[in-house]
Amino acid sequence: MGVGLSHYLAVGAILFTIGVFGIFVNRKNVIIILMSIELILLAVNVNLVAFSVYLGDVTGQIFAMLVLTVAAAEAAIGLAILVVYFRNRGTIAVEDVNLMKG
Amino acid sequence: MLLQTIAFYTLAITAVTAALLVVAARNPVRSVMWLILTFFSAAGLFVLIGAEFLAMLLVVVYVGAVAVLFLFVVMMLDVDFVELKQGFLQYLPLGALIALILAAELVFVGVGRTALGGGAEGVFGAGANAGAASNIEAIGEVLYDRYVYFFQAAGLILLVAMIGAIVLTLRHRENVKRQNIADQVARRRKDAVTLVDPQPGEGI
Repeated sequence: MGVGLSHYLAVGAILFTIGVFGIFVNRKNVIIILMSIELILLAVNVNLVAFSVYLGDVTGQIFAMLVLTVAAAEAAIGLAILVVYFRNRGTIAVEDVNLMKG
Repeated sequence: MLLQTIAFYTLAITAVTAALLVVAARNPVRSVMWLILTFFSAAGLFVLIGAEFLAMLLVVVYVGAVAVLFLFVVMMLDVDFVELKQGFLQYLPLGALIALILAAELVFVGVGRTALGGGAEGVFGAGANAGAASNIEAIGEVLYDRYVYFFQAAGLILLVAMIGAIVLTLRHRENVKRQNIADQVARRRKDAVTLVDPQPGEGI
């Protein structure tokens, strides 16, 4: 049996689920949460590319490229915020980030 | 075709296992390493269906830039990672439950689409590169033509991210001497030199 669209969609779904799982499990470690977000975006990219090839339309790959751009920008900004936060507080535990809850 | 199937399953299983280890690893440095493996496997999956350009982009952008950025930050911050791993088992049931619900929903969507007769086969056709010599050519013809504004917007997003990251992490320390070029240019002779005329046999 050949590899079809559903195989790729299954891989994308599993990666997405693992990413969401990672966010819930590692609630204290922002770095792992950021990596989980990258996993989720990777799953989205897998889906986009698979549908692009399936439909014979290259637009999906353009979209995946834009997702990649946004993911890179998000990682850079997220890590910058993390560095500033660590400089101020000396820890990166997310559970303490409720000082502004008013 | 058999070779393609074997390659797909190898890459897919590697990607999924590495993704699980990203989430489960104790040391964040190892998490980054597993993340790199995940992205490499995903790039292999992309090559397998003829999206070579995106595969290379994945390797260059993620492994070359984002993963290295993560590594820098993980190693730069002096964090007690053992303490951060404390709640892992506590959150495990809730996380597993939500992941299970999410997976079930995704499966339902797939099964429902098949049951409604929406293309159960899903075999890849000629691919997205029909009419062009290669994947890069196919992308280039569309990217710089129909989607040129989106391309520019992507560049703008990267510019904003770059400036934002620099502005966020820039800090001026107190006791560091810096060159102030405006001061240097504005300096005149009377600010720097004073002529004194000491009498012989006396000090100043």
